[in-house]
Amino acid sequence: MTKEHANWSPYDFNGGTCVAVAGADYCVIAADTRMSTGYNILTRDYSKICKLAEKSVLASSGFQADVRALQKHLDARHLIYQHQHNKQMSCPAMAQLLSNTLYYKRFFPYYAFNVLGGLDNEGKGCVFTYDAVGSYEKVGYSSQGSGAKLIMPFLDNQLKSPSPLLIPAQDAVTPLSESEAIDLVRTAFASATERDIYTGDKLEILVLNKEGLRREYMELRLD
Amino acid sequence: MTNGAFEVPAKGGFSFDNCKRNEMLLNKGLKAPGFLKTGTTIVGLVYQDGVILGADTRATEGPIVADKNCEKIHYMAPNIYCCGAGTAADTEAVTDMVSSQLKLHRYHTGRESRVITALTLLKSHLFRYQGHVSAALVLGGVDVSGPHLHTIYPHGSTDTLPFATMGSGSLAAMSVFESKYREGLTRDEGVKIVCEAIASGIFNDLGSGSNVDVCVITKGNVEYLRNHVQPNPRTYTSAKGYTFSKPTEVLSTKVTALAQRAVVTERGDAMEEE
Amino acid sequence: MSIFEYNGSATVAMVGKNCIAIGSDRRLGVQLQTIATDFQRIFQIHDRLFIGLSGLGSDAQTLYQRLVFRHKLYQLREERDMKPETFANLVSAILYEKRFGPYFCQPVIAGLGDDNKPFICTMDSIGAKELAKDFVVAGTASESLYGACESMYKPDMEPEELFETVSQALQASVDRDCLSGWGGHVYIVTPTEIKEHILKGRMD
Repeated sequence: MTKEHANWSPYDFNGGTCVAVAGADYCVIAADTRMSTGYNILTRDYSKICKLAEKSVLASSGFQADVRALQKHLDARHLIYQHQHNKQMSCPAMAQLLSNTLYYKRFFPYYAFNVLGGLDNEGKGCVFTYDAVGSYEKVGYSSQGSGAKLIMPFLDNQLKSPSPLLIPAQDAVTPLSESEAIDLVRTAFASATERDIYTGDKLEILVLNKEGLRREYMELRLD
Repeated sequence: MTNGAFEVPAKGGFSFDNCKRNEMLLNKGLKAPGFLKTGTTIVGLVYQDGVILGADTRATEGPIVADKNCEKIHYMAPNIYCCGAGTAADTEAVTDMVSSQLKLHRYHTGRESRVITALTLLKSHLFRYQGHVSAALVLGGVDVSGPHLHTIYPHGSTDTLPFATMGSGSLAAMSVFESKYREGLTRDEGVKIVCEAIASGIFNDLGSGSNVDVCVITKGNVEYLRNHVQPNPRTYTSAKGYTFSKPTEVLSTKVTALAQRAVVTERGDAMEEE
Repeated sequence: MSIFEYNGSATVAMVGKNCIAIGSDRRLGVQLQTIATDFQRIFQIHDRLFIGLSGLGSDAQTLYQRLVFRHKLYQLREERDMKPETFANLVSAILYEKRFGPYFCQPVIAGLGDDNKPFICTMDSIGAKELAKDFVVAGTASESLYGACESMYKPDMEPEELFETVSQALQASVDRDCLSGWGGHVYIVTPTEIKEHILKGRMD
């Protein structure tokens, strides 16, 4: 007779989709605000987007308890950074910190799928996309979460970025204007909501540009 | 149904030809596929002059919506309809099959079908397959002995109730019924409560969604209100649409002209409807 | 790994104004190894009716042969072609007959019915019909296809625009799926002609 183990799992999946698009002088970061488990909606108004520094914004789907712990950890690390260096962390630095933080828990990972968007030191938009254990890449646009598979091909089609293997390296930022990029993100989410049961309720869009940070909302399907 | 060199059209019943092979594939570590499910909220209630059935219209395949506007209220007989939840193919097949049996029975007897007959045919089929035919049904109709509402579970057990819900949204829908149902509802009150119950499933259960279908059955009359409420339109469509920056590269194109369709003039009378 | 993912596939059908498009990828693989790059998954049943069979390649071919056989019997008996709706019911019945030992195939049916009314439909491997007014998809790239089609589809497209939309959606989707790709077959069926296109795609 084998010993019966408690059938307890430390992870849950709360669904949700995140998208980030980088432009020449802006960055759009968007996520839906539904949090769910199984077939149940836990809340229709939960922000998956977290402003980590003046010019870095993190959007994460996955297990929101882990996401929250990760956000708190990054906030704390950023506070220490500010005390030590008397300045805000840059977005590429935050990207490396996030990667290290995730890999530090390689064998008991944060169940979080992140996209980090922001502006680099020249004010150019940048997007970093991650897996759960810290592998990351700088890209022109990305999507993570339950609707990522639905959104990614559409973004590819509209924003096709140059191969990262090109020499000399080409700029990955998208050629769209800020309003075009926002329109694209809205369409992508409206479409994903039609087909992904975990995406819906409301879309939260953050736009980072030289004027600062702007927040917009759009209604999504509630079913 | 193999008959020497070739297969003749089957006479009916299941074929287990592929089972050995599929089992072998499964044993090689390949996973069996998932089927189309209707996550579903389906409901029914008895009101003063008959029965009202309701259903949502979402069909899911895992976390993906496969059909945004499917029909879950199936025809059984002119005076009987049936809502189906569970594996989509099973609900469709079992209701179609019983519906044809009922029609044959009507030809034999020359009488209107009874709800209890449909119920017995459905439950005996489901019981025979020991729950492997996974259909959960809400059966409603009005016959010579008045309005009837039943629920049927995949294993073949049945209930007879004044109001019933089934599917993944059944708890959400039942909460509406439990607080608002009473005896002797009017038609409009009944439809309103059914819509509310389905809406509660649509909004609170991720397995259910899209529109509300309603079917009102009274003595000698049926009102099938397809997409009675449509509370979930698409929320955004880009005003200018999208263009494709890179046109598709075509390697070859073959054009086949089609002959004009021959016009056939029908002769003889169509088969008599009942 | 699921049996559906053994060979890899992507099929899609879309409705335009009095026309339909049906497309598929051209790859046949055994898991991650590519075996053939000109594999046919779309079959013609009669002038105005096509079926795409995604899933296990061998079952697709077996099923196609059974369907042709049954359609020819119908033609002999009735001296006419099957309506798309009737054909969909036939496919559904053949699949459901094997409810407890299914063919590992997800069909996509597209055709023009009486009065050249467009008809598209898909099914799961046990014959649960799913009728749609806009587009249907199947295969390992189905999620990508859902997303791409949902974003790109417009109602009442003319044949040329329909071809471009289907091709772009198909190509964008298979490029995000490891198990399908290597170009595509796209058929555009209008009341007067069939255009069969072979698309060039990424070869990886």
